[in-house]
Amino acid sequence: MTDRLYATFYIDDTLFGIDATDVQEVLRAQPMTSVPLAPADIKGLINLRGQIVVAVDLRERLGRGPAPDDVQSLNVVVRTEHGPVSLIVDDIGDVLKVSDDALERPPETITSPTRDLVVAVHKLDEQLMLVVDAKRTAEPMAA
Amino acid sequence: MDDMDDVIQEFLLESYEGLDELDREFIELESNPASEELLASIFRTIHTIKGTAGFFGFDHLGEVTHAGESLLSLLREGTLPLNVAITDALLTMVDAVRVMLNEVEKTQADGTNEWAELVQELNRLADPSAGTPTETKAPETGEPSDTATDKPAESSAVGVDTETPIASPVTEDAAHPTEKPTPIATETEANSSVADSSIRVDVALLDRLMNLVGELVLARNQVLQYHALRADNSFQGTTQQLDLITTELQESVMKTRLQPIGNVWAKFPRVVRDLSASLDKSVSLEMIGKDTELDKTLIEAIKDPLTHIVRNSVDHGIESPEERVGAGKPETGTLTLRAYHEGGQVIIEIADDGGGLDLSRIRDKAVSQGLITPDRAAAMTDRDLANLIFAPGFSTAEQVTAVSGRGVGMDVVRTNVEKISGSLDIVTNKGIGTTLTIKIPLTLAIIPALIITCDVDKYLIPQVNLLEVLHIGPETSAKLEVAGDAEVLRLRGRLLPIVHLRQVLGREPAEEGASGQGQNIVVIQADGRELGLVVDQINDTEEIVVKPLSPHLKSIGVYAGTTIMGDGAVSLILDAVGIGRVSGVVNEASRHHDTADVVDKDEQRGATQSYLVAQVSGDLVAIPLALVSRLEELDPSLVERAAGKLVIQYRGRLLNLVHLSKILGKSDTDIDRDESLRLLVYESDGQSYGLIVDEILDVFEADLSDGVPSTQRGLAISGVIGRRVTDLIDLDEIVAMANAVTDQLVMV
Repeated sequence: MTDRLYATFYIDDTLFGIDATDVQEVLRAQPMTSVPLAPADIKGLINLRGQIVVAVDLRERLGRGPAPDDVQSLNVVVRTEHGPVSLIVDDIGDVLKVSDDALERPPETITSPTRDLVVAVHKLDEQLMLVVDAKRTAEPMAA
Repeated sequence: MDDMDDVIQEFLLESYEGLDELDREFIELESNPASEELLASIFRTIHTIKGTAGFFGFDHLGEVTHAGESLLSLLREGTLPLNVAITDALLTMVDAVRVMLNEVEKTQADGTNEWAELVQELNRLADPSAGTPTETKAPETGEPSDTATDKPAESSAVGVDTETPIASPVTEDAAHPTEKPTPIATETEANSSVADSSIRVDVALLDRLMNLVGELVLARNQVLQYHALRADNSFQGTTQQLDLITTELQESVMKTRLQPIGNVWAKFPRVVRDLSASLDKSVSLEMIGKDTELDKTLIEAIKDPLTHIVRNSVDHGIESPEERVGAGKPETGTLTLRAYHEGGQVIIEIADDGGGLDLSRIRDKAVSQGLITPDRAAAMTDRDLANLIFAPGFSTAEQVTAVSGRGVGMDVVRTNVEKISGSLDIVTNKGIGTTLTIKIPLTLAIIPALIITCDVDKYLIPQVNLLEVLHIGPETSAKLEVAGDAEVLRLRGRLLPIVHLRQVLGREPAEEGASGQGQNIVVIQADGRELGLVVDQINDTEEIVVKPLSPHLKSIGVYAGTTIMGDGAVSLILDAVGIGRVSGVVNEASRHHDTADVVDKDEQRGATQSYLVAQVSGDLVAIPLALVSRLEELDPSLVERAAGKLVIQYRGRLLNLVHLSKILGKSDTDIDRDESLRLLVYESDGQSYGLIVDEILDVFEADLSDGVPSTQRGLAISGVIGRRVTDLIDLDEIVAMANAVTDQLVMV
């Protein structure tokens, strides 16, 4: 039985988890440079201490539509082979230690595009946590 | 031997490092005699030195390392166990190699000492069953010491050799030889200036350093901006110092990535020799400024274009020996490569003393290939004409040879040079020679760029893509005009296609009121074509640090990279070629031209081109857009008669009117005095012709190569443009016809 650390975040009321070892840092909303003609899920570019990082809008990626006005979105910066990529989320939660026992494969009925990103579902006591694969999230969206 | 200097230095550097490594590895090997890894590493080092020694003809060095290598290979295979004697012998060999390398460093030769005893010892150890060493010892050792005594400088090396107790039984006398290496080693180290004055550094580390310096430059820019807002004297001093140090650091770090251009040139003597031999020419190659340094990535990028140019110069530039003698020149042609720094750029000149370019042939070819109008050709300077050889699809070679003339020519060279933000120029003198000049920046990481605004965002255009910046408005005479759905600007008598950056980037068009105040146009050059880019604001120029584009954004195609501005904001760098392509100015046919292996001349002519399509008496006619110099709409009351022809006074000259409809026999109607005249202005032989059409429809990209040759005089081909049958006008023919028919127009 292995325990794993997950950094968690919310999009709407859904709890998502991402392997904590993939997460470099969490930042408040940053000044963002928009990129005309970019795919819809690319929110823009941010200056992360001199490094230029692409911000991926997870809401768009998960097909959730634009964020409500009162949401102050946050950047979850994950490490990928192409360098850091920032995931824009609505809110962040705690870092949770969860046993692999509570892990299940995502139900077949889960629909795309969520299906493309979610690799597992954890049955937490209060709610479900959808485990998102950081690297897949940060990859350019498949055409 | 001078030419070999650099290569030998490199060999020495590498070998000294290898030797230091060997010392360590041998010691380690003694405590861990079975380590295959160590043995393999030692073997590799010795093998490399042996190979290179053979290449340079250092026979003694080669022999010693060869013997060592044979012994090592037995150890590696496990057929021979390692013992103290073998280690000693091998260490002696390492020291001998050191002595010889030292000799090479001083005299460019590996000395006169043959190291026969050492070689023999190594061989004996490799094959213990072979005859007793004592028998062969005397004659072998005698020779090296004889030769060595002639040269006192080598006495220490000789001393070791003669004293090495090769004859003594290996196992008992083991301690003896190990004492010997020490004096040699100290002497060698004292003289190893090459190894001491340089170290090898991973390129990745240099790249990282370069990046960090880039960050520092940005931070400096931010501090300078902040400083401008405050009047604090002590802060001012610190800022200035920071500024100076940063600049100096940037230059120094940049230098670490620099390599001499001689690295690329090294292969040219061979290329020239082989090529001139196969062409029965005699060419000598001179290289000046081999030490001129430029960035490693640029060195790589310049390699192929340079090779192409050198081959071209030998093939086309330099004449055959008979021709040269006939022209009173020495039989042997000279090709000179010269490199030097000038104004932050590296200039590379490739000069031949050949026959020079045949400019009249270039002119004819360019005109027949539709690259320029005959009229423009007539007005071009020799220099402009010479530079036509860089135009896409241009080749004067009558014959396809193995060397050049396959239509993939200088335009590819130009594309490659422009890719690294370089430029090309050619100057030719008939009978005297041709000089081709390449200018490239020292580095690509930090470049000057123009900041412009589109909508709310700032973008950057690299300075190398910029031609000029224009403002047009109510107060200026120039204005944007429309040809079909394409906007154009008349710029010094030529039509400049206009593209709105807002449109390219999919932004809302600017508000009506804003355009009333005029428009800012940045004229950029993309793949040899010009294009006017309408932007909201032109801000400033700044030195920027180019950061690569994220893989998420590469496919968009209009950005070349990103950068961080002085205020810390991220901005996108625009890709001039990408914008040209997106807006259709640079078409795919010309882009991919360089990939085509053999380009048929007919294919070239027929490849996709821009055509201006107009209506004449209900039929559609097309003219290559490149040949139309202007579009005009003039008042028919201006029409006058001169020498039996109808003309209009136009810009202080006479514009000959050509009634297309009548000339092509489509109708007999004359000029309608009530409607303004719509003219396509075409220039030929210094004369301007205004082709009268009913309506100018549009500009189309089309490929007319499948068209049917027209039987009617004045028309070249009938083809399909934009789904409608269109006749391509044969302009030369039309002009000839117009000149022949006097009084063709009867005024009503």
